[in-house]
Amino acid sequence: MNIRIKNGHLIDPKNNIDGRHDLFIMDGRVAAVGIAPADFVAQQVVDATNLVVAPGLIDLAARLREPGYEYKATLESEMNAAVAGGITILSCPPDTDPPLDEPGLVEMLKHRARELNKARVYPVGALTYGLKGVELTEMAELADAGCIAFSQADAAITDTRVLMRSMQYAATFGFSVWLRPQDSFLARDGVAHDGEVATRLGLPAIPVCAETIALATMLQLARETGVRLHVCRVSSADGVALVRAAKQQGMPITCDVSANHVHLSEMDIGFFDAHCHLVPPLRSLRDRDALRAGLLDGSIDAICSDHSPVDEDAKQLPFAEAEAGATGLELLLPLALKWARQERRPIADGLARITHQPAQILGLDAGHLSVGSIADVCVFDPDVFWQIKPAALSSQGKNTPFLGVELQGRVCYTLIRGQLVYQFQPKLSQ
Amino acid sequence: MNNPQLNKHGELQHLLSTEGLSASILFKILDKADSFLNVAEGREIKKLPLLHGISIFNIFFENSTRTRTTFEIAAKRLSADVVNLNISSSSASKGESLLDTVDNLCAMHADMFVVRHAQSGAAHLIARHVAPEIHVINAGDGRHAHPTQALLDMFTIRYYKKEFHNLRVAIVGDILHSRVARSQIHALTTLGVPEVRVIAPKTLLPGCVDKLGVRVFHDLAAGLRDVDVVMMLRLQNERMQGAILPSAQEYFKYYGLTQEKLALARSDAIVMHPGPMNRGVEIDSSVADGAQSVILPQVTFGIAVRMAVMSTLAGVG
Repeated sequence: MNIRIKNGHLIDPKNNIDGRHDLFIMDGRVAAVGIAPADFVAQQVVDATNLVVAPGLIDLAARLREPGYEYKATLESEMNAAVAGGITILSCPPDTDPPLDEPGLVEMLKHRARELNKARVYPVGALTYGLKGVELTEMAELADAGCIAFSQADAAITDTRVLMRSMQYAATFGFSVWLRPQDSFLARDGVAHDGEVATRLGLPAIPVCAETIALATMLQLARETGVRLHVCRVSSADGVALVRAAKQQGMPITCDVSANHVHLSEMDIGFFDAHCHLVPPLRSLRDRDALRAGLLDGSIDAICSDHSPVDEDAKQLPFAEAEAGATGLELLLPLALKWARQERRPIADGLARITHQPAQILGLDAGHLSVGSIADVCVFDPDVFWQIKPAALSSQGKNTPFLGVELQGRVCYTLIRGQLVYQFQPKLSQ
Repeated sequence: MNNPQLNKHGELQHLLSTEGLSASILFKILDKADSFLNVAEGREIKKLPLLHGISIFNIFFENSTRTRTTFEIAAKRLSADVVNLNISSSSASKGESLLDTVDNLCAMHADMFVVRHAQSGAAHLIARHVAPEIHVINAGDGRHAHPTQALLDMFTIRYYKKEFHNLRVAIVGDILHSRVARSQIHALTTLGVPEVRVIAPKTLLPGCVDKLGVRVFHDLAAGLRDVDVVMMLRLQNERMQGAILPSAQEYFKYYGLTQEKLALARSDAIVMHPGPMNRGVEIDSSVADGAQSVILPQVTFGIAVRMAVMSTLAGVG
């Protein structure tokens, strides 16, 4: 199938393209940018007048809730949400039930995802069995089954010897290890940042040192073992500073932040808004500003959705009892654009952090529109405002701190391997 | 951000916290409590018909005898119909969710809920959920707030000290886990107390306690010097676990209120405690039963204050 996306504003941050160019797609790949290849006959034309044509988005952390948590969301609902959010590649953390610690589970997930013919799914395998932090998983087997990296999701490894050996073993095969820094003792029972709001509301708190102590340990062990470390969901100013210093020393580490934390702080908890019960906790305004600055100076490489659909009943509880997490797939683009706009940066800078930069972390040649590359494309209206409300979201999870908020930028078309898999259709209810 | 306690006319719709309420709202409740106190003490008949026909549900997800009883007495003195539910021994143990329980009670035509729950924010959750004509009184939610306790404490202080603007008040003990302390601090600062002190070891203080507008002391003697009011907090025995405190003995030695320590305060200082007391842990019996103690009057005032809160919410009296 030959597709021409015409009259659009093409932004490809990796290739430094930012201008009015048509995009030509042939056999699922980018055939040309700007001028049609000889003998190109379009079988389908997408009119992108006033729209931005960008590489398909790449999300480093999307919980699809399968297997095990189908009452929260199903693979089908969340894969639909992904393409509605312009996301064409996503990686999912291993905290399913059972966790992704067996090759069979990974193969099943990949197979189910492939059948849906939507975004490409790259599972992150469990680093230890059952995410218990005791025994190593068969990482090489899991990698053969399709795992792209290994992580503990939100379960920390408390035993530092196990942590060191898991890194050594992963480094043996060149696998990267993704870890969210949080000391489980200091964070025990905590549900909010140890700051002004937790003090006022009487919420059990998680101090910043829970992040920095774990992060310092990880960095030291990564240096020791030579493993490729990816730091997930950094949440504090001090955390960003540690990452920045490590990068300045030449350590090959990467880092991501959740889109929620780029915009929100503890203040948004207000009077116990359980939608703001997130992991890691929303921290102070100063921390939020440091995360934004870290994205600007490259200390933080990528913004992820940290998509965690939660069923409504689980949020209708007192703050601490409410399940943590927010839906995010469909908010990733507008939140990344919002960051770029507020920082007075071009759209391309926002897109870089949700396209080719996360692709590099995944070790994939993706997130760009070079000639010959797989035609994963996101076409969006950068100007339109839309209100975040349950009916406007495809995800089964309707829980987000942004409910009721108007965000700017909405996906109009998503193409995967040169096939149109999503087209925005306004619903009557909107 | 809208204050969830006020209706669109700025009147008290729910009492969830002393935070965010104006001094005039607090003073009105105290004044009203004054009049109820006079009624209770001056007349033979202890009952007023103000809440006749109104159903008040005491829903306690956490055990309490004293607070529940004073709410019950207050409601009955106002002629309300009172239903007491100990949820910990019924629905919750059968797996019913908090809001399902509330919905069921609403279907029984409850007009007012008095709620105690172990989780911070539970009363806010219920207040957000119920129909606009229903009122919610927070009788203690987790570590967050216990506004009627704070109001009765303010009533007690005014009763003995007349004014707020010339006082030094010290709150002593487990601030970190205390909903009482948080509500007291907000009420005291709102009513114009120029110096509120908190006195505790660092393990019993929340991370940003200074942001609450208090002076922090770790030394009991220094903190008590020249204060007019000493408000003691209960120390739960479980604080000896989890590496918060080494022992009750050591706590008493350094933070327990004794006659000797109390002598550092002003000679006319009053001593308060929200109860139930741990004698010999946070307070010495000679102080608890001493001339400066107003602990039992606090309990009496608590009934008048709760009558005032209930009738204010119901818009009567």
